[in-house]
This record gives sequence, structure tokens and C-alpha cells, in this order.
Amino acid sequence: MRRLLAEGLFRRPLTEPAPSADDAGLADLVARVDAAARVRLGRSLSIREVDAGSCNGCELEIHALGNAYYDLERFGFRFVASPRHADVLMVTGPVTKNMKEALERTWNATPEPKWVVAVGDCAFDGGCFAGSYAIAGGVSAVIPVDLHVRGCPPDPKALLSGLLTLIEAEDELAKG
Amino acid sequence: MTLRSDLIAEAVTIEPQHPWPRIDVDVETWDRAMLGIASGQADLAGLWSDGTDVHMALSEHGTGALLVLSLPVRDGRFPSVGLTHPPALRPERAIRDLWGIEPEGAPDGRRWLDHGRWGLRAPLGAATPHDDGPDAYRFLPSEGRPLHQIAVGPVHAGIIEPGHFRFTANGEIVVRLEERLGYVHKGLDRLMIGASLERATKLAARVSGDSTVAWSFAFARAVEAALGVAVPRRAVILRAVMAELERLANHLGDFGAICNDAAFAIMLAHCGVLREKVLRASKVAFGHRLMMDRIVPGGVAVDLHDSRPLLALLAEIRAVFPRLVTLYDEAASLQNRTVSTGILKPDLARRWAPGGPIGRASGRTFDCRKVPAYPPYDDVAFEVPSLAEGDVDARVRIRIAEIETSMHLIETFLGRLEPGPVLNDFDANRDHAPLALSESESPPSAREGVARTESFRGDVLVWVRIDDAGRIAAVYLRDPSVFQWPLLEAVIDGNIVADFPLCNKSFNCSYSGHDL
Repeated sequence: MRRLLAEGLFRRPLTEPAPSADDAGLADLVARVDAAARVRLGRSLSIREVDAGSCNGCELEIHALGNAYYDLERFGFRFVASPRHADVLMVTGPVTKNMKEALERTWNATPEPKWVVAVGDCAFDGGCFAGSYAIAGGVSAVIPVDLHVRGCPPDPKALLSGLLTLIEAEDELAKG
Repeated sequence: MTLRSDLIAEAVTIEPQHPWPRIDVDVETWDRAMLGIASGQADLAGLWSDGTDVHMALSEHGTGALLVLSLPVRDGRFPSVGLTHPPALRPERAIRDLWGIEPEGAPDGRRWLDHGRWGLRAPLGAATPHDDGPDAYRFLPSEGRPLHQIAVGPVHAGIIEPGHFRFTANGEIVVRLEERLGYVHKGLDRLMIGASLERATKLAARVSGDSTVAWSFAFARAVEAALGVAVPRRAVILRAVMAELERLANHLGDFGAICNDAAFAIMLAHCGVLREKVLRASKVAFGHRLMMDRIVPGGVAVDLHDSRPLLALLAEIRAVFPRLVTLYDEAASLQNRTVSTGILKPDLARRWAPGGPIGRASGRTFDCRKVPAYPPYDDVAFEVPSLAEGDVDARVRIRIAEIETSMHLIETFLGRLEPGPVLNDFDANRDHAPLALSESESPPSAREGVARTESFRGDVLVWVRIDDAGRIAAVYLRDPSVFQWPLLEAVIDGNIVADFPLCNKSFNCSYSGHDL
């Protein structure tokens, strides 16, 4: 173990530069983010992930955000265990009818100000599961969504630039 | 004579299902098969319905050959298998929820996938409207003064899929765990029925995102068996390269995550880097990090243009991974948590026949890459590790051994790649020669295929019936988790609550694959 730890001290970090914020999403968001929230939260955002019916593909890529290459926490983001500690709900999956109430209750348990990021093509509009008797629809059919990150699944870079969009949007508001 | 050959001899008719037969049976033969499975002469590999019949797949010991028995549903009923063989209980509850077909004599009458929220009952059967709101669920009772309950989920604390766990504990000790699943039920069977092959292939790739390659592989093989489609040799090899990359990525992730659940974060950090390297190499080689939608009926959707990045990946993993194994071996504090924790006894593993590392850590040797074997695994030498301890440590060690095997297999397969086509562009529609059938004549026999492939989690089974227009007439998708989830309830028994994450992560069952 000592050797592994020592190497960690001397090796250059694997962590990569941040991708740029998603421009299309940015313009979309500026209109919605409250300037007061920016002042209150600074650049630190706590995220509660909710799988509302995904195939688990999106979860794998959200997990990857924590590895040494993407190192999400350097931007002030962190995943928290309870919606009561969260500023952002990151929701995946077509929302199944069996998860609809759990998602609504999670959203209600999250204190204001809060944002919802819908991750993946299924979370956008139900994806290839749309139309099933067991599906309520995309995330916006159940709770208000602030940002969509598309992809099947979106890769960690896309997720990261989506999250950075949230912060940038707040910055724009603070400036303007 | 084996149970399987005896049953075939008793068949009313033998249906043209490929590559293993499906037989129509009477109640007597059905009962005989059920008793044979319950007494350990064969493994239960699946239980499902298409609305007309109830089908039971059994897997023969030693050869891994499948046999599907079909019993006509009479008056909306069939004799319960779960009454005699408990692993069939949940599949029967699913049949009842989806089709409204009653397993007669079944000891558990509670709904399973149906939470009363679909607005329908029996969505695949009568589909009667249901607007009374969600059903209450009666958990199994545990009685005694010092007992308390802990309810967890469906929204969990980590970045994982939803499900509900109801623990009953005496102080720190778990005396009962009961799972309630079905939260991610998406109605996949209904979406599949009537779908074109193209759409069904896309859906099959999304049964469980972590084993998308294995699912696409099994679905493609089942379709190819049903339609008699040949697959180019190069595609066969590329499929296995992808399947082993997927296994490598998942086992590396699990190894790190299990250790992390014992607060040994350094392993997660290192394994996370290796896993990321596998995903990046997969993207370079096949154009998608998880290799979703790369395997399609007839071959593969993308060719591999350069195998050097994959060989470089193996070299990188080999430079680091053995040291991580040494780290695991030398960390007494970590092994204090994994050794003798969450034991799955070999006897229970024999009865439930769980596939994957769970079965192989508890005395089973089944790996469908080995028996019955399928191309290209049928002409390559590799070891299938097996241990008898059945604890978290054994499940970790099976994964470690399989990581090494996967690297060996990737290297072997890449060495055998020869130039050639990768996709057989077939037409699933049989109507090229116009059929001169009148209404009164019997319809042309449907084309059926069944296939199993080994995912990182265990064997996935796909059964498919394709109509003349090349659309899905009926389908069964069975994730290995179906026979693994119930065992998690057994292994936590007598352990402390704090060890549940270790037990759970070392199982790593799929919610989406189970709930469909």
C-alpha cells in the first residue's frame, strides 16, 4: 500500500481540464436561474441523484464523474444522500408509474432554491420506452426540469458541461 | 437417461425451436419436470407465459442443454411450480401480474411487479382498467419484543437503482430482510410484442445498461437461431471481444465498489481509473463507451479497425491490477469485513442455481461460455474459477480471477481476427414467396429461438418467437438477477446491518433487468 500511496504523491494527476459549458443549454437556463440563489450558494451545489426508471446505463456514467479523470468535486459539486441536503436533483430514466410518487416526494423534500437536471434520452421524453402502460413520461411530465442532458447515455463530459452550465448561468445573472 | 431425455420422450409434440427443443406437455409431465427440478436433477432456467401457454425452461446439469416445456393455460390457471420449488415463486407472481394467469396453489398471493399504479390490471392479458390507486403491500411478519424495522428505498442514498428493502433487526443483527421490487418496471414485454426486429434489438440493449453487450448478444443469437441466420466469423469474434471488455469494466468497478463499502476508498480510486480506461478504449474501438447497440442480429454494427488500443489497454491493466490484488490480500482490516460475511451456502446455491460470480463463489461451476458454450468460446481454452466459501471475499476473488481470464480471452480473440464481413444483411420477412393460405388453413409455424450468453452477472436467457412479417410475436427476457435477488435475503440473515452494503454490492443484482 505504501508504494501505491507514494506513487500517488509524485505522479501527475490524471484529472482533465474542464469542458466548456453547454451553450445552447446556457441561454436556456439564464432566463430561469434566480440571481439571489447564486449569491446564496456561490459555486457549491449538492446533487441528489434519483433513478426514476432508467436501465442503469446513465447511473454508470454519473458514477464515472467521481473518478480521477473527471473529479466532479473540484468544481464544488458533490453527491449527497438525502434530497433535504440537495440543491440539484439529477434524474434519470423514463419515469415509471411505479416511481412517479417517489420522485414527486423526493422533489417536495428538496428545499428551495432547487434545480432539476434530467439526464439521458429517456428522461427527456421517455425515449424508446415512451408509450408503455408502465411509463408516466419524461421527467418534465412529473416535475419541472431546468436542464436536459441528452444522450444514451450521455458521457461524463456531457454531464460535466451540463452541470457547469448551471453555474455559468448563475454567473451570467450575477454579472447582468 | 437423464430427466431431460425422459421428458422429451413424454412430449405430446416437439416444436421446431432452435437450437434446443420446446415440447408441449400434459400436466403429468409438467409435474414430473417440476419434481425433477425440485429434487436437484436439473436447474430451473426460466418460467414465463405468452398468454396461451406457460413455459418452463430447464437446464441440464453437465451439458447446460436447455429444454422448454409448454403447458396450455386452462381456465386462466396453471399448476404452481413455486409451491414445490421456491425459486419459481417470483416469476409466477410476475406471470400473474402481467397476464392475469393464476398459478394454482401458489403460497404467495401478493402482487409483485404490479403496485396498483398502472391504471390497468393484467396489462398483457385482459388489461382491465384499475383506478383505485396504489395497493398496500403486506410485508412478511417478524415478531418479538426487541425487534425493530428499518425501511430503505425505493430512492436509495447512493447513485443506484430504486427498490425497497425492509429490514427487521434485533439490535445490530438482521433477522429478516424482505425485498420489494418492481419500481423500474417499464413494460418491456408489451413494447416488444409486435415490434420490428430493429426496434426490439434496441429495446433488448436496454434491459440492463451495465450488461447491454451480453443482452444484445443473447437477443441476436436467439433471433439468428429462430431465423437460421449465419453470422460472419469476424463478427462472432468481435462480439466476444466486446462481451469480455464489458465483463472487465464491470468486474473492475465491482472490485473497487465492494472495497469502498468497507471504507477502503483507495481501491475504488484505482479501480475507477482502470474502469475508465476500459470504457475509453471501448469507445475508441467500437464507438460507444458501453458498446450499446453494437451487436445486432446478423453480426455487429461496427467493425474494429485497429486492435492496438485494446492491446495497450491490457498492458496498462496488467501493470497495475496485480498490485491492487496484493493490496487486497495484505489489508487485514479490509478482509476482516469481507471474510465470513454474507455466506451463501452451497446447498442453497444448488437449489436456486444463481449464475455468475454468486453461484461460482458458492460451489457452482456453471458458466454458459463453457457449457453449453457458444461461438467463439467453444474453441478456446480458459478456466472457470469456483470456490466453496460463499462469502463476500469469495465473490471478490471470483471476480479477480475472471478479470484475468477476460484479459486472456480478449488477447486470444484479437489474435484470431481475420479480415472479412461483419454483418449478414438478412431479411426477416418470410413473405417473398407469396403464401396461398386461406383463413381455414393452419397458419405457418412461427419461428422460435432461444439463447443464453454469460454476462458479468451470470447467464442471460432470451426466448423469442418471430412472425412471418419479421416482427416479435412473443418474447422472454430473463436476467440472472431473477434467481439472485432472493438469495440476498438469505445471506444477510444473522449479519449486522452495517454489512448489508458489502453483501449487496458483492451480489450487484440488476433492478432494471429484474423489473423489465
